[in-house]
Amino acid sequence: MPEETLLKVSNLDIFYGGIQALWNVSLEVKPEEITALIGANGSGKSTLLDTISGLLQPAQGVIEFEGENITHFDPFQIVALGISQVPEGRRIFPDMSVLDNLILGSYNRKARSRKEQNLRMVYDLFPILEERKNQLAKTLSGGEQQMLVLGRGLMSNPKLMLLDEMSLGLAPIVIDKVYKALREIRERGITILFVEQNVRRSLEEADRAYIMEAGRVVLSGDPADLREEEEVKKAYFGI
Amino acid sequence: MALEVLSDLSTPLIMGILLGGLYILIALGLSLVFGVMKLINVAHGDLVIFGTYFAFFAFTGEILGYRLTFFGIDPILSLVIGIPLLFAIGFAIQKYLMSRAVQISMEAPLIIAFGISLIAQNICQRLWTPYSRGLTPDYAFEPLTIGGFHFPAQPAYVLDFIAALIVMLALWGFLRWTYLGKAIKATSQDRRAAQLMGINTGRVYAFAFAIAMATAAIAGVFLGLTFPFTPTSGVFFLIIAFGVIIIGGLGSMLGTFIGGMILGLAQTFGGHVFNELGLPGAATAQYLFLYVIVLVVLAVRPQGIFGR
Repeated sequence: MPEETLLKVSNLDIFYGGIQALWNVSLEVKPEEITALIGANGSGKSTLLDTISGLLQPAQGVIEFEGENITHFDPFQIVALGISQVPEGRRIFPDMSVLDNLILGSYNRKARSRKEQNLRMVYDLFPILEERKNQLAKTLSGGEQQMLVLGRGLMSNPKLMLLDEMSLGLAPIVIDKVYKALREIRERGITILFVEQNVRRSLEEADRAYIMEAGRVVLSGDPADLREEEEVKKAYFGI
Repeated sequence: MALEVLSDLSTPLIMGILLGGLYILIALGLSLVFGVMKLINVAHGDLVIFGTYFAFFAFTGEILGYRLTFFGIDPILSLVIGIPLLFAIGFAIQKYLMSRAVQISMEAPLIIAFGISLIAQNICQRLWTPYSRGLTPDYAFEPLTIGGFHFPAQPAYVLDFIAALIVMLALWGFLRWTYLGKAIKATSQDRRAAQLMGINTGRVYAFAFAIAMATAAIAGVFLGLTFPFTPTSGVFFLIIAFGVIIIGGLGSMLGTFIGGMILGLAQTFGGHVFNELGLPGAATAQYLFLYVIVLVVLAVRPQGIFGR
């Protein structure tokens, strides 16, 4: 029987130095859904993803994955459990080949044995990466680099992917490609939690959405309902 | 006449290239630690010399004024123990000292490295006296002749160069073809992204330091076969290793190779010119040329020839 909730974040408080960045944040991600985390720059979305990935330690609160408390796990342990973050700003390894970037995605022991299968899957999803596998990653275009980091994230054999600002700085046609890939990834049974500033697009793509403002979750629920919410209209669509 | 000059130049040319091999060998570990951890390991030279003394101990059996008679292990063969020993020391330094020091401040690891430098010097002095020593197996000093032609360099220099090539190729292959090697490269390029790949970067740092110290063990043996040494010789060779990676560009292996060659050649050609002009003190003056080259590169291209 599948878990009712794949990822459960409860009452998270985070401090950056002396300044509180997240206030009592709670969130749930259901298996095989696409969940959107929406908010303006500086609202705490990336901070939340980094805390789930173990890069930041919360002052308060609990993070559970498949019912296991992972709050104080190290980043590499969290990747091994099946949570893979694709960071903002792409963050490829610029001086390594495309193939080496992908291979590094399969660093954790469980993923190594599935390296060839996962590589095939990534190449099927993004054929351009197979064409360019021997090129240095820094020679790829912005869109190709975004595909590379998505593919690299998939190489770790994840159950849950955390995607941070995938469409930032990309041309509209490339953004469409990225979202198409997102849906294909979900069809392979991988759950997705993604962070976006583009509200309209996010609400179209997601099964569930959370809206953050100044470090707090201010709204959550079904994207269709959220679109109707006056507050969202006012704050993000300007109507 | 022209031929005579040419044959005159062949000695500094050959000597410079071979000596460059030793400099590369010493600089590789310094470059690796800087490239991955951004730490200037000022103890590197002293740990190299500790490696030299370990080989000296294995060869002569001398320790604390005693001479243990059952020794006499060949210096190069002693690396079978010397490499794991320094590997373990390097791993422990990173895991138990440096990883904690970085949490205190940016400067703390540097200060710890200074401390290790002093400790290493004093351990060597305590165990093996402050006097000048040498590693002197017969094969390192027998004059070399190739087809009746007298080769201008002692065998030790040839061994330096061969060892440098082997260590460089091994390191290059390791970084290119193994998961751990790729993880070391990835961590040096973007630590945060590496963590998100599931790389235990703390462990990667410990292995990088350990591997750097393994190369220091090798460098130590060949240094001892080439030059006499004292417990404080490490400082001198640290400065030369700095020169190598400044010229080549930090963190670039090709740069380290070219940097070592340039410094070796600058030194031997500088000494040669000094001799030809009939000036006294060529033995010490040759190092002047080495430092001048470093200064020139720093002034003209501060990021190094292969630096970014």
